[in-house]
Amino acid sequence: MAIEEILFWFFAVAAVAGGLGVVLHPNPIKSALFLVMTFFALAGEYILLMGHFVAIVHIAVYAGAIMVLFLFVIMLLNVPEETRQGGVWGAMRYVALGLFVFLSFQLSYFGFQDFFGDKQQLVKETEIGTVESIGMSLFSEYVLPFEIASILLITAMVGAIYLSKSKLIIEESKKKKAVEKEDH
Amino acid sequence: MEFLLSIIESVTMFLLVDLSPYLKVFLITNFLMVMVMVLTLLERRISAWIQDRHGPNRVGPGGILQPIADGIKHFIKEDIIPGHVDRFLYILAPMVAMIPALVTFAVIPFGDQMTIPIYDELVTFKFQIADLNVGILYIVGVASLGVYGLIVGGFASNNKYSMLGGLRSSAQMISYELPMGLAIVAVVLLAGSLRLNDIVVDQSSFLHWNVFRQPLGFILFVVAVFAETNRLPFDLPEAEQELVGGYHTEYSSMKFSAFMIAEYTHMITAAALISTLYLGGWQVPGLASLGLPIVAEQLLQILAFAAKTGFFLLVFIWVRWTLPRFRYDQLMNIGWRKMLPLGLLNIIVTAAFVAFV
Repeated sequence: MAIEEILFWFFAVAAVAGGLGVVLHPNPIKSALFLVMTFFALAGEYILLMGHFVAIVHIAVYAGAIMVLFLFVIMLLNVPEETRQGGVWGAMRYVALGLFVFLSFQLSYFGFQDFFGDKQQLVKETEIGTVESIGMSLFSEYVLPFEIASILLITAMVGAIYLSKSKLIIEESKKKKAVEKEDH
Repeated sequence: MEFLLSIIESVTMFLLVDLSPYLKVFLITNFLMVMVMVLTLLERRISAWIQDRHGPNRVGPGGILQPIADGIKHFIKEDIIPGHVDRFLYILAPMVAMIPALVTFAVIPFGDQMTIPIYDELVTFKFQIADLNVGILYIVGVASLGVYGLIVGGFASNNKYSMLGGLRSSAQMISYELPMGLAIVAVVLLAGSLRLNDIVVDQSSFLHWNVFRQPLGFILFVVAVFAETNRLPFDLPEAEQELVGGYHTEYSSMKFSAFMIAEYTHMITAAALISTLYLGGWQVPGLASLGLPIVAEQLLQILAFAAKTGFFLLVFIWVRWTLPRFRYDQLMNIGWRKMLPLGLLNIIVTAAFVAFV
């Protein structure tokens, strides 16, 4: 086996194992840590696909920032370990099992057709995932979707600030009014 | 004789060309470890000097063997794993703290590229382990992972002080990554490349050092780096007067030492990064006019880089024993209300400068 293939299987197994850990582990903190492992493994796969920029941004944004916030919130709220639900919700696992079988059937039918058939050579140009080429295509071919996505992000950010801040401002203005009344 | 010479030739070529990446990794890792030892001694001696005490001066001449004694002590101390901890995560945490600290140094260039003929063959030496096209992003991404060691250690210790330390470090890291990233963006705008070597080459003359072109960004970056490395005045995750020891309260022996090594390695990488981004890295002003042989030039450049980095390491220690610790709300205020707007302003001014001048 070539080194790429060994690395591919290593990262693939790690990604799937991490994903299973997220779903199956009862402790929320450990679930979150398993998610970090999955992100890492996926970043490894991106590097194998020559997407260095995507890989490192993936690590910096998801593993470095978002998951740290997740852990922060989980630790702050002190979420207890999950326990098995009884009754109707307990029966849900059989539904999930059925859906899993269906999904794996679908995957094996559509996904693996090409996988084991003629192997198409992946486009393996060294230039494809570099910062320069991504920057060029973002600001030429995909400039409109890029701008739309940035507007969407800014809107979401302003919305989040407004929603979290409005309560604070109202409380503060009430306090101010109360103080003013006392002064009069 | 001919045969012997040819063997020597092929062996030297093998050592210099094929083995050089591995040699660089080996040398830099060990260099970092030795620097950590030197730094622990320096920290204790300088703090003693600042506070008008003696400091450790018993082991070896002038206390110079103190780090070795410390290392032996940490290795042979009993390795206690308390009964109430989460065993797997407790053992994992020091490793998670140490690995990102060590691997970030990989993309920092500590010398110029050098092409010299060896046995009639031109050999190019790169004084940098990996020249990634994502360069600086790699450092930002990987360095931010060091916080997992602190969070996981704080959580696994199952102790309220450790937990508070972990919580504080996660909030602090996220808050100060933003001004750090914004300061870096301005530098990248000027250099037009994410490669650290290009950023160094961009600062070729003395007045082009980014510390003169980016004074505000320089201050923001240094302050943010102090927070990212958990050094005073931002060492809230391990504030011993408030949290016993913070996230490493429950750790002993070499596991405790691993957290310390991680902190000092972060410091070295941070100092190297400051000198690379703002002080021209390995550039020596006016070196080309001297007309020295290439190997001597190279050596001077590496020494210059080491001197700049060493200066900032001393600044780190100096500041630690000079300034008191911030309160937590002050820390958040500085990060979000002062440094973030200033960082954005810096980017706008730099972008306008790059676009119109």
